[in-house]
Amino acid sequence: MEHYLSLAIKAIFIENILLAFFLGMCSFLACSKKIETAIGLGFAVVFVLVITVPANWAINNFFLKKGALSWVGLPQVDLSFLSFITYIAVIAALVQLVEMVLDKYSQKLYASLGIFLPLIAVNCSILGGSLFMTERGYNFPESCVYGFGAGVGWALAIVAMAACRHKMRYSNIPKGLQGLGITMLMTGLMAMTFMCFAGIDL
Amino acid sequence: MKFLLKMLDKVRPLFEKGGKLEKLYPLFEANDTFLFTTDEVTKKGSHIRDALDSKRLMFTVVFALLPCTLLGIYNTGLQRFLALGVDYSLLSCFLEGLKVFLPLYIVTLAAGGVWEVLFATVRKHEINEGFLVTSLLFPLICPPMLPLWQAAVGISFGVIFGKEVFGGVGMNILNPALTARAFLFFTYPAQMSGDKVWIFADKAKDKLVDGFSGATALAVAAITPEKANVVESMNEAGFSFWDLFVGFVPGSIGETSALCCLIGAAILIFTKIGSWRTMVSCVLGALFITLIMNFTSGEDSNPMLKIPFHYHLVLGGFAFGIVFMATDPVSSATTAAGKWIYGFCIGVLAIIIRCVNPAYPEGVMLAILFMNVFAPLIDHFVAQANIKRRLARGQK
Repeated sequence: MEHYLSLAIKAIFIENILLAFFLGMCSFLACSKKIETAIGLGFAVVFVLVITVPANWAINNFFLKKGALSWVGLPQVDLSFLSFITYIAVIAALVQLVEMVLDKYSQKLYASLGIFLPLIAVNCSILGGSLFMTERGYNFPESCVYGFGAGVGWALAIVAMAACRHKMRYSNIPKGLQGLGITMLMTGLMAMTFMCFAGIDL
Repeated sequence: MKFLLKMLDKVRPLFEKGGKLEKLYPLFEANDTFLFTTDEVTKKGSHIRDALDSKRLMFTVVFALLPCTLLGIYNTGLQRFLALGVDYSLLSCFLEGLKVFLPLYIVTLAAGGVWEVLFATVRKHEINEGFLVTSLLFPLICPPMLPLWQAAVGISFGVIFGKEVFGGVGMNILNPALTARAFLFFTYPAQMSGDKVWIFADKAKDKLVDGFSGATALAVAAITPEKANVVESMNEAGFSFWDLFVGFVPGSIGETSALCCLIGAAILIFTKIGSWRTMVSCVLGALFITLIMNFTSGEDSNPMLKIPFHYHLVLGGFAFGIVFMATDPVSSATTAAGKWIYGFCIGVLAIIIRCVNPAYPEGVMLAILFMNVFAPLIDHFVAQANIKRRLARGQK
């Protein structure tokens, strides 16, 4: 249990997927204007990551990895060169699913996320989550926890950013920096403050 | 005084609209309002009539910082003489400390001031007295051995990216002085941490007493061997509780004395400029996490976990940080309930970083910056909760 807890804390704070690896920047920058939207998108990313990372783990371990196909009697086959395209396909399919579910059950969130939900399909943090899972050789429960942690870390960062941008509405920002410019600078400063966890060994 | 006023009034037309030096008006205005109370008043729109303006507010903070500054200067000299092993007096310590503090302060004022004036002239806003606080805070949280050019680089980063890109005083998210220090901390770790920077004495040039280490109390605590008692090893290294409380220990120039921070805190709380909620909740947060650590740590766990609570308050920059940095009215949470949460999290985080993170000996600076980022979010949720409660009350 302690192992999973420290893995989650590591994924949320110490190796925050957005602020330590800068993955998932596009939707982070585009969708952080309103706190409500940011919270919605944050939940969507957590949800998608929790599903896709274990799903991709299963596909990797039962189909793609070297020797994974031994259960059908093909121990020599190594399909890992297909991993990128399969991961992306799985993610795209699952995002479609989430979109349909939201459309049916939460019209408000569906409307406010609008174009950005399909954007999650190409959100680097989702693919990044799956790739880190493969690279670090997580097992099934670990990949569930990691997916959750990475998602929560991303959500935390975007919600904090949305609140900061909300406060910055009253700021007298130089013309050239308004909008994306100041958001990028703020992301850098946020990443610097998240450095406080760097080095903690769990 | 009359002479000054006359002189200012004489050159005023030069700077006003149509004058030769019209572009430098912010510079003139800054000097004018710095020296004399302005006779300008708000003419239209709704506004609050109050004796407290940002000038008076900032000066009160500077005033509250004075005990820390004076003791810091004295202590810098004292630590140097102790390291050299020569005789010293109150005056000689003070003068020696001034030799370190003054150049640092002047460089900070000059480098930061240039950016302030530049932004104010180009963007046509006023130069606020807030910079006086930032420029005094910054040298106080720097190690005495900091090279002057690094101080200039640091304060430039703090003023530009911590404050001016957001539009100046009152509009920033992070505390500018802390941003400057954090930037230096990550960019030049060799000059901002370790054993060689906290006492103004150079092993290569000066003849030092035998057994001189130069480590801070927290550094001594961090290298305590397993199963040993941290308090005992600090006492052995010459850091008694009383020394740490009064502040005659190596450290950043102004941060060492918890006593002076208490005086500063009293001034800030009495004048209602610093929030007592933030300070108290920081201490409560630290108390909470320390008690958890003390009770859960076993025989052979990290000895840092067993430091008693009252030591945490006087070690490192904790007292200075929570009194002068966490209470910054701009970057802290603004709602009353938000301040409790904000401060509590700072206390918890600071102690966690200090004890659990082997990469950094001290955690107050980063804890405050981290919570600065989350302060707007805390405020948002508090405001939402208030709205909900009032709506519910109205519907009854």
